[in-house]
Amino acid sequence: MSAVLQSLVNQPYKHGFVTDIESDIAPKGLNEDIIRLISAKKDEPEWLLSFRLKAYEKWLTMTEPEWQNVHYPKIDFQDISYYSAPKPKKKLASMDEVDPELLRTFEKLGVPMHERAALAGVAVDVIFDSVSVATTYKQKLAEVGIIFCSISEAVHTHPELVQKYLGTVVPVGDNYFAALNSAVFTDGSFCFIPKGVKCPMDLSTYFRINTEGSGQFERTLIIAEEGASVSYLEGCTAPRFDTNQLHAAVVELIALDNADIKYSTVQNWYAGDEKGVGGIYNFVTKRGLAKGVNSRISWTQVETGSAITWKYPSCILRGDNSVGEFYSVAVTNNYQQADTGTKMIHIGKNTRSTIVSKGITAGHSNSSYRGLVRIAPTAEGARNYSQCDSMLIGDQCGAHTFPYIQVHNNSATVEHEASTSKIGEDQLFYFSQRGIGAEEAVSMIINGFCKDVFQQLPMEFAVEATKLLSFKLEGSVG
Amino acid sequence: MIIENSPTILSVQGLRASINGTEILKGIDLTVKSGEIHAIMGLNGSGKSTFSKVLAGHPSYEVTGGTIQFEGKNLLELPPEERARAGLFLAFQYPIEIPGVANTQFLRLAYNTVQAQRGKEELDPLEFDDFVREKMKLLEMKPDFLDRSVNEGFSGGEKKRNEILQMALLEPKLSVLDETDSGLDIDALKIVANGVNRLTNKDNATILVTHYQRLLDYIVPDFVHVMQAGRIVMTGGKELALELETRGYDWITANKQQDAGVSA
Repeated sequence: MSAVLQSLVNQPYKHGFVTDIESDIAPKGLNEDIIRLISAKKDEPEWLLSFRLKAYEKWLTMTEPEWQNVHYPKIDFQDISYYSAPKPKKKLASMDEVDPELLRTFEKLGVPMHERAALAGVAVDVIFDSVSVATTYKQKLAEVGIIFCSISEAVHTHPELVQKYLGTVVPVGDNYFAALNSAVFTDGSFCFIPKGVKCPMDLSTYFRINTEGSGQFERTLIIAEEGASVSYLEGCTAPRFDTNQLHAAVVELIALDNADIKYSTVQNWYAGDEKGVGGIYNFVTKRGLAKGVNSRISWTQVETGSAITWKYPSCILRGDNSVGEFYSVAVTNNYQQADTGTKMIHIGKNTRSTIVSKGITAGHSNSSYRGLVRIAPTAEGARNYSQCDSMLIGDQCGAHTFPYIQVHNNSATVEHEASTSKIGEDQLFYFSQRGIGAEEAVSMIINGFCKDVFQQLPMEFAVEATKLLSFKLEGSVG
Repeated sequence: MIIENSPTILSVQGLRASINGTEILKGIDLTVKSGEIHAIMGLNGSGKSTFSKVLAGHPSYEVTGGTIQFEGKNLLELPPEERARAGLFLAFQYPIEIPGVANTQFLRLAYNTVQAQRGKEELDPLEFDDFVREKMKLLEMKPDFLDRSVNEGFSGGEKKRNEILQMALLEPKLSVLDETDSGLDIDALKIVANGVNRLTNKDNATILVTHYQRLLDYIVPDFVHVMQAGRIVMTGGKELALELETRGYDWITANKQQDAGVSA
C-alpha cells in the first residue's frame, strides 16, 4: 500500500462524527430490551418487532461459525452498542477544508467530483445540488411506479410489501450473522419494481436520500415483479471508513416470472494497516431467489477492502429456466483475508448458472474461493459452468479453492475449471524491456485477468474498478 | 556494415556480473558502432545470454564491475524500462507469456511509450491497427495474432516473429537478439532473418547472440566474437563463424591454454 493511502487510512476519521455521542446511543450489549428499544425508537409495527425477537431467540441458540478459512479474535457481542440515533453529520463548508491527502486519493481513483464532496463530508449543495438531483431521480422513478427508499421508510409507507417479502429468502435463523442482523438491523435499502417495468436507470445507494447512518447491520430488500428488471449498484470505489469493526449485512433479492435483477457491488471498506491492525470485518449474507419462470439473478462484485471479507452471494433457482450468475473479483493485500464465493441451488427445470471468480492475492494476504453448486433431484436438465482463477503476487500470500458440487439429477451438466497464476519477475521484466513500467504492467495484467468480470459491471463502475485495483496493488510488485 | 568514423552506440568495458553470488561475466569488453552487426557465439553456459540480459537490466543479475556506455549514457544507472525507452531492445530467447493481455494492447502501449519518450506522435487504437498490420506483413504474420494474448499458446516460431515485430515497431538503436534462431525451422528462420535485415541500417546496430552458424548465413555479421567462461576470447570477421562451424570450439580453448602457457 502506498504511503499516501497509508497515512490516509491511519488517521482518525475526523469528518463524520459529532462529539456528543453518549446521549443518543444505546448501552452496550444485546438483550430483548435493546431490541424492543430499537423497534420503539423506529416506531415499528408489531409484526416487525416479533420478527426481530424471533431472530434474537434463534441467535441465542446458535454458535458463531468457525468453518471459514479466516482468523480473527473472538467478537464480544455484548461489547457492541446496537443502536445510535442517526444524526446529521457535521458538514464542511467547502472542498477547501477537506484533507488534501484525501483529495489526492479521490483524484487517483477518478471518483466523480460530486461524489468526492459527499464522501469527504462536504455539504454537497455547496458544489453540487445533490438534493435536487436525488429529488428528480425519485420523481422519475415514481412516475413508473418504482419504490426506492430506505427500508425504515418502506416499513411505514409500504408495510404490506415489506412484511410479505422480508426474511423469505434469508430466514431469520439462516446463519449466525443473518440472525443477528434480523434482530438488530437499523436501516438499509428497499426497492420494488412493479410488474412489467424496466427500471430506466441504474439504482445506486449514492442517490438514496437518508443513506447516512445505515450502520453496521444493513438490510436490503429488492423485489422485481413479473417481467420487471433492475440494475442495482452498491458501494463505491473511494475508501470507506467506519468506527464499527463488525459489519453484518443481509441482502435479499426476489425475482418473479421473467424478472431480472442485476446487483453490482464495489466494496472498499477500510482494510486495516499494513501490519493487519484494525479494519472492518465484513460478514455478509446475500441471496437472491429466482422464484419465477425465466427469471434471472446476477451478482457482480469487486471486493477490495475490509480486513476480513466473508460472503457468498447466492442464487436459488426455483423457477423453471431461471438463470443465476456470479462474477467476482476479490483482491487482498497486506494481511487481508477473504473467504468468498457463491451458492447456486438448482431446483427448477433447465436452470442455468455461471460462476466466474477471480482472486488476486498479494502481500501476506489469504484468499479463498468457496462455492457450492447443488443440483436438486427436481432440476431436470440443469447446467452449471464454474471458472475459478487465482493470481498470486509475491510469495507470502495464499490462495485456496473449495468447490462443493452436489448433483442429484443425472441429466445435469456441471463444469468446473480452475487455474492459478503468478505475476512473476520475468513478466515484469518483459514489460519493462518494452519500455513499460511496473505499475502499468501490473495494471495491464490485472485488467486482463479480470476482464470477464469487469465486462459485467456498468460502464462507469468498470472504469473506476480498474483504477481501484491498480491503486490497491500499488507497491506490491517490483 | 562497417562505416568509417561512425559513432559508437555501445561501449562495454570490464563488465562483471553475477547471479546468486556466482560470477558469470568475468570482464567483457565490446564496442559496437552505428551500422554494425556483431555476432556473439559460444557454447552453452559461456555467458552469452547472461550478457544480453545484463545489458537489458534483468533484476536477477548483479553487476559487480565495469562500465556500459550506451549512446553516451551510463546504462547501469538506468532501470530496464528507461534502457528500453533509450533505444535498447532485447529479443528474448524465451519470450514470456502474458495471459489475458491482448497482443495489440501490449504492442500499442509499448509503441506509444517509446514514441512519447522520443517526442513523437502516439497512435490511437484504430491508427495503430493500420500501422501494426503493415509491419506484420514484413514477418508474414496472420491478423488473428493481434487479438490473442501475448505469446500465450504461440508456437516457437510465432513467439520469435512476435519479438521481431516488436523490434520493427520500436525501431531501436541497438537490438540484441538472444538465440532468435533457436526453435525455428528453416522457413521461419528465413522470414525472421529477412525481417531483421530489412530493419538494420546505418543508424542502428545489432548484436546476434547465437549458438550456430546457421543464422549467420542469412544475417551476415561484420564481427564475430567468441565467448568462453564469461569473457570474449576471440574476435574475427564473418569467416570466423565458418571456422567454428567446421572446427568446433575446442581449438580456441586449446589456443587459449597455449597462450596462457606462454604468458606464464
